[in-house]
Amino acid sequence: MKEDRSKVLFVALVFVALALYPLLAGKYGIDLVTKIMILAIFALSLELLVGGTGLVCFGQAAFFGIGAYTAVKLSPEADAASVFWLLPASVLLAALYALAVGALSLRTKGVYFIMVTLAFAQMAYYVVHDTPLGGGTDGIYLNVKPSVFAAVDLDKPLVFYAFTLAWLAIVFVFLAVLLRSRFGRALAGIRVNEQRMRATGFSTYPYKLAAFTLSGAIAGLGGFLFAVKDGFVNPELLSWHESGAVLIMIILGGIGHLRGALIGAFAFALLQEFFKSEAIFGAFAKHWHLGLGLTIIVSVALLPRGLVGVPGQLRDRLMGRASRRAEAPVELEP
Amino acid sequence: MDFATFLIQCLNALQYGLLLFLVASGLTLIFGIMGVINLAHGSFYMIGAYMAYALAPAVGSTFGGAFFSVLAVGLVLSVVFGYVLEWVFYSYLYEREHLQQVLMTYGLILVFEELRSLLVGDDVHGVAVPPLLAGSFALSDVQQYPVYRLFISGVCLALALGMYFVFTRTRLGMMIRAGSTNREMVQSLGIDIKFLYRVVFAAGVAIAVLAGMVASPVSSVYPGMGNSVLIICFVVVVIGGIGSIRGALAAALLIGIVDTFGKVLLPQAAGVLVYVLMALILLWKPDGLFKAG
Repeated sequence: MKEDRSKVLFVALVFVALALYPLLAGKYGIDLVTKIMILAIFALSLELLVGGTGLVCFGQAAFFGIGAYTAVKLSPEADAASVFWLLPASVLLAALYALAVGALSLRTKGVYFIMVTLAFAQMAYYVVHDTPLGGGTDGIYLNVKPSVFAAVDLDKPLVFYAFTLAWLAIVFVFLAVLLRSRFGRALAGIRVNEQRMRATGFSTYPYKLAAFTLSGAIAGLGGFLFAVKDGFVNPELLSWHESGAVLIMIILGGIGHLRGALIGAFAFALLQEFFKSEAIFGAFAKHWHLGLGLTIIVSVALLPRGLVGVPGQLRDRLMGRASRRAEAPVELEP
Repeated sequence: MDFATFLIQCLNALQYGLLLFLVASGLTLIFGIMGVINLAHGSFYMIGAYMAYALAPAVGSTFGGAFFSVLAVGLVLSVVFGYVLEWVFYSYLYEREHLQQVLMTYGLILVFEELRSLLVGDDVHGVAVPPLLAGSFALSDVQQYPVYRLFISGVCLALALGMYFVFTRTRLGMMIRAGSTNREMVQSLGIDIKFLYRVVFAAGVAIAVLAGMVASPVSSVYPGMGNSVLIICFVVVVIGGIGSIRGALAAALLIGIVDTFGKVLLPQAAGVLVYVLMALILLWKPDGLFKAG
């Protein structure tokens, strides 16, 4: 129980820190952290599938991109749309696409599932990229940002920061509660041993499909926020590089823990910023991939449980209990 | 489409399919036998193409016969490279989960791309077709087909046959097949499985590098070429059935045909056709066309 409390404390501290951050950050910092929080929502959506259900989806960017494109396409040319219908519309469309993709691709398993989800994401990518619907390679601009209330102007970076933080908190708490519910336990059962779940009388397909659709909806929310933040969308949002990057984030953070997605999104984005920084690396900053790649390789070699596992590894080292190391994380806790 | 055009497209489809097979066969071998998802495999193809470009001046002046001596030197280098790479980076991945392998090999992609950028630069380069194969022959009054493309198909076919022979007819092939079924059992029979894996990995790398070198005069040499090949090769591996060499060959030829003719007949949908094909095949056969046996 003590460990449980420290996890909740950690997450609470992260959110408090995020809430206080604007007090001491400049314009650039606020923009960066807003972007990372959106990525964290995106990563959480994938964590529900990978860590929660054991389904590795390699097409998550499609849902993100559909959410983003819906937000831009449905906004009137010169008028502000209301968040109250635009956001649900974006989420709903992403969820509908996820429902269709999930219904078909859940027939396959393992690496085949990974590739089928990639195939459907690529199809969405080409629709956006090559048909008049998506506006081609150049992307489209969102002329007027959607409105909430008169007092809440999403055009102001601070307001949008708070708006994103609120959604991140909602998504995190929602998933934490969901994974502890009967539904979440069923998903965990499917991840550990689907056959046994079926033998105990669960029809696993609807559970997996529900998780897949929900994950698509959350990714769509992330996409909506992304489109509103930058006021711009382009087809690269749906490319497999994005699907890969978000997968890398949650693996880096540590699969099987919601806070792993949070930590992973921050670690990945901050590492990128660090290696891209010309102040530190000068002209070599152009080759930032090298530093990022080497860091990832070293982290795989040294941290088999991801960043989330670091305290546990340190404890093992201090107490000399090597046996704990082999223990795989079975429980999914926030 | 008249007959000569049709014939040219068929030959192009065959050549593209066989080339895909070369890269994909290494991928499917490494996955099927060692159980490692190797995202860095496309990088080996890229490294091969860049070797063909960058080694040409030095090797050509030392040994002469530019293109073919570059092929030979590149092949030797790639075997050494693959052997060391397996030793340093991959040997501790076997016990790990697949997702850890994905993360690690993703890191390797970034490192290889940047090293390439540091060593050779970011420009697009062309590689000259060797004079011996530079000709072309006439298919009709106006249409010609380059000899070099036939050479590519020939090399790929020879390698495919060679691989088939090694796998089914030699002692080494038998040990490799046994190792993929049960690692511990093979080890307890006194076969050095670690060495065996290292050899398989080096062979997979060498084949991908060779594919890159052979393809470079046709495809030119450009940054990011490894990534596009990687994804399409995963498509090949999955359609064919993971771990199945036969399946990889069938799937690669199928994709060669669909992609080549798609570009001619349905240019606006060319990019997506391959993925539609994969989705349809996997919905029909969730384990690919040939399940590895």
